[in-house]
Amino acid sequence: MDGILDFFYTNKEAIFIIALTIFLGIEVISNVPSVLHTPLMSGANAISGVIIIGGIILVGHADLENLKEGSHLLNLILGIFALLFGTLNVVGGFVVTDRMLEMFKKKKK
Amino acid sequence: MNTLTDTISNGDKILEFSYLLAAIFFVIGLKLLSHPESARKGNLWAAAGMLLAMITTMFLHREGTPLVRIPSGNLAIILVAIVVGSVVGAVIARRVKMTAMPQLVSLFNASGGAASALVALIEFSNPDNQSALVTLLGLVIGAIAFSGSMIAFGKLNGNIKDIFAGWMSYVNLLFMAAVVAGVVFLMVTNAPVETQQVMVYALLGIALIYGVTFVMPIGGADMPVVISLLNSLTGIAAAMAGFIYQNQAMILGGIFVGAAGMILTLLMCKAMNRSLLNVIIGAFGGGGAASDREAGTVKEVSVTDAAVLLSYSSKVVIVPGYGLAVAQAQHVCNEMGKLLEANGVEVKYAIHPVAGRMPGHMNVLLAEADVPYDKLVEMDEINPDMPNTDVVVVIGANDVVNPASLDDPSSPIYGMPIIKAHEAKNIIVMKRGMGKGYAAIENFLFYNEKTRMLFGNAKDSLQKLVAEIKSL
Repeated sequence: MDGILDFFYTNKEAIFIIALTIFLGIEVISNVPSVLHTPLMSGANAISGVIIIGGIILVGHADLENLKEGSHLLNLILGIFALLFGTLNVVGGFVVTDRMLEMFKKKKK
Repeated sequence: MNTLTDTISNGDKILEFSYLLAAIFFVIGLKLLSHPESARKGNLWAAAGMLLAMITTMFLHREGTPLVRIPSGNLAIILVAIVVGSVVGAVIARRVKMTAMPQLVSLFNASGGAASALVALIEFSNPDNQSALVTLLGLVIGAIAFSGSMIAFGKLNGNIKDIFAGWMSYVNLLFMAAVVAGVVFLMVTNAPVETQQVMVYALLGIALIYGVTFVMPIGGADMPVVISLLNSLTGIAAAMAGFIYQNQAMILGGIFVGAAGMILTLLMCKAMNRSLLNVIIGAFGGGGAASDREAGTVKEVSVTDAAVLLSYSSKVVIVPGYGLAVAQAQHVCNEMGKLLEANGVEVKYAIHPVAGRMPGHMNVLLAEADVPYDKLVEMDEINPDMPNTDVVVVIGANDVVNPASLDDPSSPIYGMPIIKAHEAKNIIVMKRGMGKGYAAIENFLFYNEKTRMLFGNAKDSLQKLVAEIKSL
């Protein structure tokens, strides 16, 4: 019990953010016309590529001078892959969403 | 994580502020994306938020003791990776055919999941990382999203068939339990670091396998649910990784996407009148509760007769399904629609929320063929109009027009809202053969008095119809 209380107390800001963000997510998405289901999903998918920031931090602070030590090299390689995958998700996601929406738009008139 | 106030520079403050901005941009972006007029702008807002967070992270993020910015050598590697990833992503996104959209969305989702799993994997071995729980959650959720999305990709691309057997639910539960047990074990264990490293790879492996066994039995009409669920998981995985770095943009963006994806998932479930649990466990799979009703005989129609019927109607409703996408018949379908309209027939398209293999699949498909989107009518709007409709043309759709969902309590799809094609005055069903739909249930619409079947590939049939209508 103490453990749970401690966890809540030390992470209270994060927990607040999560709780409110979930409501925000629900609120923003409700009542979406089915026409937009695919673009919305694919746009949201692109946003989930925000993991790319993690990739940047990882590769950014990798120790390039002591690569032979421990698992530095392996981590660098995995980090570069994370970065590549993340970019693929972000760029591919936004571009494909735009392409879809462009298609919807052109026959709006 | 250095949080001493005296070491916080203005750069750090700007960085945090940029994350706040990025998060706000994401919210505005998704909000705009949910309205047809502003959708495109919304996508750009979200992309701008992402770009902002990426640039400020590259130039302002500091880490280590003493705190240092990202050195230029590392920056060069980052830029190369981003350029390569961007070029590949943009080329794929531009080149791939619109009809392959479901696969593509799955593929991008898989890569996001993989990125999260990799970041978590590396961070697990980082002794400075104090948040083992979120790291492990990021690892397993990312891994499940990755392998699950790859299977979904394979299915949508036609490389992998739906496999379902009753025992698979148990295997599934077993792997799920193993994943949970692995996470719990790694949280409480005092094993030496090396052992933990090995275990974390084992956990990664189990999570990857679970992703496979989880998506494998789900298919057909359940695909939209599973795709949006996987999307939601990728968001959650990114948020978990965000906790490792206490990075607000990642946490907010990830949770936001996770929540939004979950809503879309539940929306899809609602469209099928099934619970999420029911979809995941896979209660469909080959009608145990098959109805005993006498099926009766089907009546075929010639292309000429169908063409005459359509041309002399005043109101025609087309119900597209996955078969239309498979046959790539959307263009000729639109051609037929336009031709009929030129003859004074009112043509509408009835879109069921789970028609196709991803949320909104039919809308994208028909938009690609230049069908004006005010012609696409949602299920609830078109249903009251059905009795006044002269001809309903069902193209490659099955379960979404099956009247068993309304009047046969023993049917597995009983209670699922459908497009009430059976209420129209005439029904033409285009189908390749008498195969059953995904739910493997008899469709009594086909045996209806008013129904005429037009067997064959949808594209060929439509082409013949178009030619016939022209020659009338």
